[in-house]
Amino acid sequence: MSKILVIGQHADGKLNSGIAKVVNAAKAIGGDIHVAVFANDGSTVAAQAAALDGVAKVLVVDRAGNDDYVASAIAPQIVALTQSGGYSHVLAAGTTSGKDFLPRVAAKLGVQQVSDIMAVHSATSFDRPIYAGNAILTVEAPASPCIVATIRLASFQATGAAAAAAPIEKISVDAVIPSHTRFVKLEAQKSERPELQSANRVVSGGRALGSSENFNIIYSLADKLKAGVGASRAAVDSGYVPNDMQVGQTGKIIAPELYFAIGISGAIQHLAGIKDARTIVAINKDPEAPIFEVADYGLVGDLFALVPELEAKA
Amino acid sequence: MKALVSVKRVIDYNVRIQVKPDGSGVVVDGVKHSVNPFDEIAMEEAVRLKEKGKLTEIIAVTVGGAKCEETLRTALAFGADRAVHVKVDEEIQPLTAAQALAAVFKKEGAELFFLGKQAIDDDAAQTGQMVAALLDLPQATFASKVEIDGGKATVTREVDAGLETLEFDLPGIITTDLRLNEPRYLKLPDIMKAKKKPIEVVGLGDLGVTAAAGLKSVKTANPPKRSKGVMVKTVDELVTALKAKGLI
Repeated sequence: MSKILVIGQHADGKLNSGIAKVVNAAKAIGGDIHVAVFANDGSTVAAQAAALDGVAKVLVVDRAGNDDYVASAIAPQIVALTQSGGYSHVLAAGTTSGKDFLPRVAAKLGVQQVSDIMAVHSATSFDRPIYAGNAILTVEAPASPCIVATIRLASFQATGAAAAAAPIEKISVDAVIPSHTRFVKLEAQKSERPELQSANRVVSGGRALGSSENFNIIYSLADKLKAGVGASRAAVDSGYVPNDMQVGQTGKIIAPELYFAIGISGAIQHLAGIKDARTIVAINKDPEAPIFEVADYGLVGDLFALVPELEAKA
Repeated sequence: MKALVSVKRVIDYNVRIQVKPDGSGVVVDGVKHSVNPFDEIAMEEAVRLKEKGKLTEIIAVTVGGAKCEETLRTALAFGADRAVHVKVDEEIQPLTAAQALAAVFKKEGAELFFLGKQAIDDDAAQTGQMVAALLDLPQATFASKVEIDGGKATVTREVDAGLETLEFDLPGIITTDLRLNEPRYLKLPDIMKAKKKPIEVVGLGDLGVTAAAGLKSVKTANPPKRSKGVMVKTVDELVTALKAKGLI
């Protein structure tokens, strides 16, 4: 039977919302599921992980500096824990943080990493997207010494709440932490809006908005719909919105129930980020825009007239 | 200070890829290839640092088949001084590529290594981090700003929460994101000059690397197709449809 280590990524005392999805992927693999929390003081985060259905045990590794999640510091601790615990699988959420530290773990363990698992066929066979999701590759990973993989969050539902909380164990790991890399700061965008990657509804704007002031009609519609706000690469590159709002192949991959693409033409790189959205609505003045090929509802016209009208009537 | 920049030959980002009917991969023959766009950004960043006097030499490196020579020529036209071609005929996976690149980095005594944050073919996004792990060196992935000063690198990274800044002691590995810079257009004289620059060809064996056991590709398939929806004429029609489905 598999013994699965899930890395319990967190920030500001909160377990990353994607971990509930990683646990569900681990359940599909099947086996004993342990969540490891690396933090300065992991007790709050550990309690959240222990409340997830399917988790057998939560391991807490407290160390000053762990909250910063610097890859060269976190990776050796994961490697040590994987080896001492005899884990068959190490899984992390496919966030920018998981993508940063996990290949480092894989290389140290001498295995190829499976990136962005979107479906689990067995304990060793998985689907993953290639070419911006325009092809799906099924891979068979060698079981020995272990399988190291990131989970594509948009492909999995979150596991529910456990009937009883899993036990929490404080442990220490035998790892050498290099001092060559220092965390300086994080400039986070503070927002009251739902988080892009877990929002049920998302409204995204593109280049056609024309300026950051004009983007206000997107925010305004999003607030009416209690939606998260995203953007195309073109809108980010033009400086209308910050980088963390980018949806697409190299930005965030999302799977909301309802997605609005407003003034977004629909380049394949953008479509790669919204393939799993349940319903896509596109508003664009160009009837030939590729976004209409994938939209469930398309509306051709001037977004500056249509979006305020939609906000008033929705 | 020497910098190494790795470049990968991939199917051009404008090409609509086609999955082979037998599921053995995607069609690559007769399809336009170019330098992985993130690697062009890596190359551009190194050239800018050299122009600022922070670097003395730029060495381009690739791991791949004979056709990758044109990829190296492009890197040389950007401004690499010379190139190393790790020639392999079979397809290799990120860990093996990382082992080869780490060996070249060590052999060249470079202090900075720029790689694209991911290649747009396999979208694995692993190689830079693996090189850093194998060499026990610092890494700063997804860079959108790089400053090199006094034996240190200060790197702004694009992360899910916003922008993170890391500082590390050289030598180290940096993987480049989209907004780090805009790669220059290559001029004909630079392309001509690149033809005369030296390319050293080595094999994995010369670097003491044996290919690591890899993932086995079972099959390649088309993604599930989204069916084309309906066009509505008015906002009222749209709102009615979304309300009927309980979406708003």
